[in-house]
Amino acid sequence: MEKTWNNKAWFLVLPVLLLVAFSAAIPLMTVVNYSVQDTFGNNAFFWAGTDWFDQILHSARFWEALQRNLLFSFIILALEIPLGIFIALNMPKKGIGVPVCLVLMALPLLIPWNVVGTIWQVFGRVDIGLLGHTLAALGVDYNYVRDPLDAWITVIVMDVWHWTSLVVLLCYAGLVSIPDAYYQAAKIDGASRWSVFRYIQLPKMKRVLLIAVLLRFMDSFMIYTEPFVVTGGGPGNSTTFLSIDLVKTAVGQFDLGPAAAMSIVYFLIILLLSWIFYTVMTSSDADT
Amino acid sequence: MARITLDHIRHAYGPNPKSDAAYALREVDHEWADGGAYALLGPSGCGKTTLLNIISGLLQPSHGRILFDGNDVTNLSTQERNIAQVFQFPVIYDTMTVYDNLAFPLRNRGIAEPDVDRRVREMLDIIDLSDWSNRKAQRLTADQKQKISLGRGLVRNDVNAILFDEPLTVIDPHMKWVLRSQLKRFHKQFGFTMVYVTHDQTEALTFADKVVVMYDGQIVQIGTPAELFERPSHTFVGYFIGSPGMNVMPAEVHGSTITLGGETIALDHAPKITAGDRVELGIRPEFIRIGREGMPVTITRIEDIGRRRIVRASLAGQPMAIVVSEDAEIPAEPRVTFDPAALNIYANSWRIGREA
Repeated sequence: MEKTWNNKAWFLVLPVLLLVAFSAAIPLMTVVNYSVQDTFGNNAFFWAGTDWFDQILHSARFWEALQRNLLFSFIILALEIPLGIFIALNMPKKGIGVPVCLVLMALPLLIPWNVVGTIWQVFGRVDIGLLGHTLAALGVDYNYVRDPLDAWITVIVMDVWHWTSLVVLLCYAGLVSIPDAYYQAAKIDGASRWSVFRYIQLPKMKRVLLIAVLLRFMDSFMIYTEPFVVTGGGPGNSTTFLSIDLVKTAVGQFDLGPAAAMSIVYFLIILLLSWIFYTVMTSSDADT
Repeated sequence: MARITLDHIRHAYGPNPKSDAAYALREVDHEWADGGAYALLGPSGCGKTTLLNIISGLLQPSHGRILFDGNDVTNLSTQERNIAQVFQFPVIYDTMTVYDNLAFPLRNRGIAEPDVDRRVREMLDIIDLSDWSNRKAQRLTADQKQKISLGRGLVRNDVNAILFDEPLTVIDPHMKWVLRSQLKRFHKQFGFTMVYVTHDQTEALTFADKVVVMYDGQIVQIGTPAELFERPSHTFVGYFIGSPGMNVMPAEVHGSTITLGGETIALDHAPKITAGDRVELGIRPEFIRIGREGMPVTITRIEDIGRRRIVRASLAGQPMAIVVSEDAEIPAEPRVTFDPAALNIYANSWRIGREA
């Protein structure tokens, strides 16, 4: 069959191209522009070459923040994915419970991120917070402002509270698409609860789980707002993730060159890791 | 293998059914022989799947008991009843190989691995999938998947019964014939009690020793295909079995004659009719002869279906279908006669026996 060439189609994608150009491509190019130059304001630029990249890749501060990011994402995935699956498995499949559960699950997702941060910031305070004060009254030495471990626990629990719902909703969607006949056949075959999960539910959830893992990985790796509001990266640098470090460099110290170089490195890391995740998780599909 | 007794089974999906209409299954009280092949035939929503699920234990009947070989199994779970079921859509475990799929029910029951291996290999041979044993089940065609579903039931050689819930719906027409004959062969070979739900009369008639026709939540007739064809005990059976279905026309009985419109037909016996009954005459299109004698009819349409023709006509204002052979001559002023042996008389939709 002969292909029809029709250049009018370009006009149809033009609006999207323009939008992406203005919202992503052009800002990214600006960042690239900054990353290879030095500036002291007044629109005066000096060529810096790869100096900023050298500086970033050799700074302990950067590598520590990256490690924190990786650890954080790992813990988040290890907690939210199993917990999300568990909750989804135990959600009602029919009746009045379905809409109730769905609304409850969706609630945390609807709250703006900085509000989530504020809620937990207040919630965990030792002097007035419900959680912090209760723990103190129970004799638990909890203070996220002073203790790095407490700060980490707070940020992680907050993220689990905020985002597990997403995993739940995705898994639930996968679960309700399984026809009843599968469960009936499993009963007839004498399958245990674990076998039903392992051979029926998990395979059917695989695709949505892939999306859940990817989304949660990318989001947790880019986390900024909530820890910024709760801990501000502290105590010390203990919760300073790459994003927080980046903002400190760019806005706090006004080191636009290093900040731009850092942005690009950060962006490439996320791109690379997401690609690895995706490739590994989809390739298991292909084996026979 | 087991004899299945359905002891006054009734089932309603909602709680506290008020009237008969609330019951999905009104009253079923029958005994099905060990090793028999039964087809449950009926239109959608007649309760056949409900009955099947009650037998398999996926559903608890609201009333009544179910017995396998005289043992009450009403309160036993599906697993304890030891039955197999093949569903409308093939249920396979996607991530397992064909071999593991077949081994699954055996391993779940804690059978030793050498035994599992022997039985699975036997079964792979029987269902013709030996070459596929190490392939992921996901990649098979629908009919192969359905054979795996069946194999998972047969591989347990002690099942009480195998239940089929419209298993050929998603299979291509030409594979349907193949699978159907294979099923028949398995049934002969293993002698399991088989209950087969379908809404396809050809499937039911070619498949089963006994066809159980269901209508509106009750069993209206259990019989051999010939019985269903010749002596439908309910007008629904007459209309549902056969293509086209039986002609059913309102009539009046006076002694040993029956009046149809203005025409009177003599009967060889006097049917017992209670005054006030709604009387109908049933005759299959195959038993009406068209010629120059008998009752005058008006022909409205003739359909050619290959080797036969279906004549749509009206007799005393009642529509009727007549099956004639391809080369039969249809006169200009057609008249019809009924084969007296093929007449069925119905009072309130139920057939009146000759013995009366």
